[in-house]
Amino acid sequence: MEKILIRDVNFWYGDFHALKNVSLGIEEREVVAFIGPSGCGKSTLLRLLNRMNDLIPATRLTGEILLDGRDIYDRQEDVDRLRKEVGMVFQRPNPFPKSIFDNVAYGLRVNGIRDKEFIAHRVEETLRGAALWDEVKDKLKASAFALSGGQQQRLCIARAMAVAPSVLLMDEPASALDPISTAKIEELIRELRREVTIVIVTHNMQQAARVSDRTAFFYMGEMVEYGLTKLIFTDPLKEATQNYITGRFG
Amino acid sequence: MEHFIPYPARQGFRKRWSQRAAFLLFRLFSLVVAATLVIILGFIVWKGAGAISWEFLTEAPSNGMTSGGIFPALVGTLLLMLGSALVAFPLGIMSGIYMNEYATRGWLVRFIRIMTNNLAGIPSIVFGLFGMALFVQYLGFGDSILAGSLTLGLLSLPLVIRTTEEALKDIPDAYREGSLALGASKLQTIRKVILPMGMPRIVTGLILSLGRVSGETAPILFTCAAYFFPQLPSSIFDPCMALPYHLYVISTSGTDLEAQQPLAYGTALVLVAIILLVNLLANALRRYFQHKVKMK
Repeated sequence: MEKILIRDVNFWYGDFHALKNVSLGIEEREVVAFIGPSGCGKSTLLRLLNRMNDLIPATRLTGEILLDGRDIYDRQEDVDRLRKEVGMVFQRPNPFPKSIFDNVAYGLRVNGIRDKEFIAHRVEETLRGAALWDEVKDKLKASAFALSGGQQQRLCIARAMAVAPSVLLMDEPASALDPISTAKIEELIRELRREVTIVIVTHNMQQAARVSDRTAFFYMGEMVEYGLTKLIFTDPLKEATQNYITGRFG
Repeated sequence: MEHFIPYPARQGFRKRWSQRAAFLLFRLFSLVVAATLVIILGFIVWKGAGAISWEFLTEAPSNGMTSGGIFPALVGTLLLMLGSALVAFPLGIMSGIYMNEYATRGWLVRFIRIMTNNLAGIPSIVFGLFGMALFVQYLGFGDSILAGSLTLGLLSLPLVIRTTEEALKDIPDAYREGSLALGASKLQTIRKVILPMGMPRIVTGLILSLGRVSGETAPILFTCAAYFFPQLPSSIFDPCMALPYHLYVISTSGTDLEAQQPLAYGTALVLVAIILLVNLLANALRRYFQHKVKMK
């Protein structure tokens, strides 16, 4: 069974038809990249997977999105619990104005964990997992705002991983970062895929090629092509995909 | 060089001088504003400083208010500030949160927003009249600290709602999304991320509203303020004296206006000092909260 199954999804912002009949499946512990020009619907689809678009008024969805076979848009769905299962990392690093420690501990605390020892242990574990521990272990009480942009983004990844999600959504996680920080994030994605299913939206084609197993190409709200990354980048079926990845438009 | 635009030699000169003249004018006007404030403050200090003494601050007026101090009025004003804060802060902060976090759209919110804006423009004497009708008469609180606090609370409510709303509005959605994406509920997000971030500005607004309350006369005129009530109030159903009203009383009526004059200036000086202290407190608290939420 697919980890995530998207079936006949249509989505509107008011009158704007942002996603048109999109269907795709994502296997467990796979890294899937969504690529396509701005406004193609890739971020919209990503934000449907943890119901982040619920926050936007006047939107409408048809079709189904299943996580482990469960319809996440079902009336019974507990959205807060869903978001604990499906973590998210945003385009711009958005650590809270709290200490480094409290940032990572936040997700645990809001999910009702009080055990201080467990929290401390988990914070260290996830900061190590995000390759940030050695840089911050002596200043866990310092503000997260004192970190560099790249460090902040790795902190946000640690923060998301702390609540042990089974899916991690990444919305252009490196687009605001310098090349060295970007390389670190990509390295991290390759590590994290052992624990979670990752869906990443990116504008950077090389990045999609480097980190993902499969790639979906979106254009004007439609999913043009979806397949193994190496095939998409070497031998795409559709001309539009070919044109986009070779940089002829976008 | 076909696109070269001939540059009139005189223009540079004219531009420079018109610029200088404009800046000079701006500076002059700013100085006039600052000077006015300095003159007012200087005048009050000059006239009032002589009246200030420990006895002036700690004793009740005596001899038909021609001597003695302002202690009951000082206590009354502080009590009214406290009382109105207890009314306006919880109500105003909760409304502000509701308007910005829960219901930013829809006709109801628009209606509330228009009403709060209009409420802010209502003359304070009208608040006094309303307070008298509702709290003093209809609810039967009489002229009392309770009725005065409620009336002043209503007066500062729009300011508190607005500052709360504005403070929260300026917090980028990225923080809300970041919190929600971790499985936090909306309430947890507001309590643990959004409110702490808005706190420096909310607190500043609250304190400034206190400053305003301390100086208001009209709203307490018919609801609370006593002409002469030298003993301290024993319950919230007692009336009390208040600095601004006391100032009005001893400058316009009484047995010996001449003798009362230094006392009036002393009272004014104390009132101004309270407002100054309140503003300083607002600054200090804003810094404290900024530090506490680790913005840096």
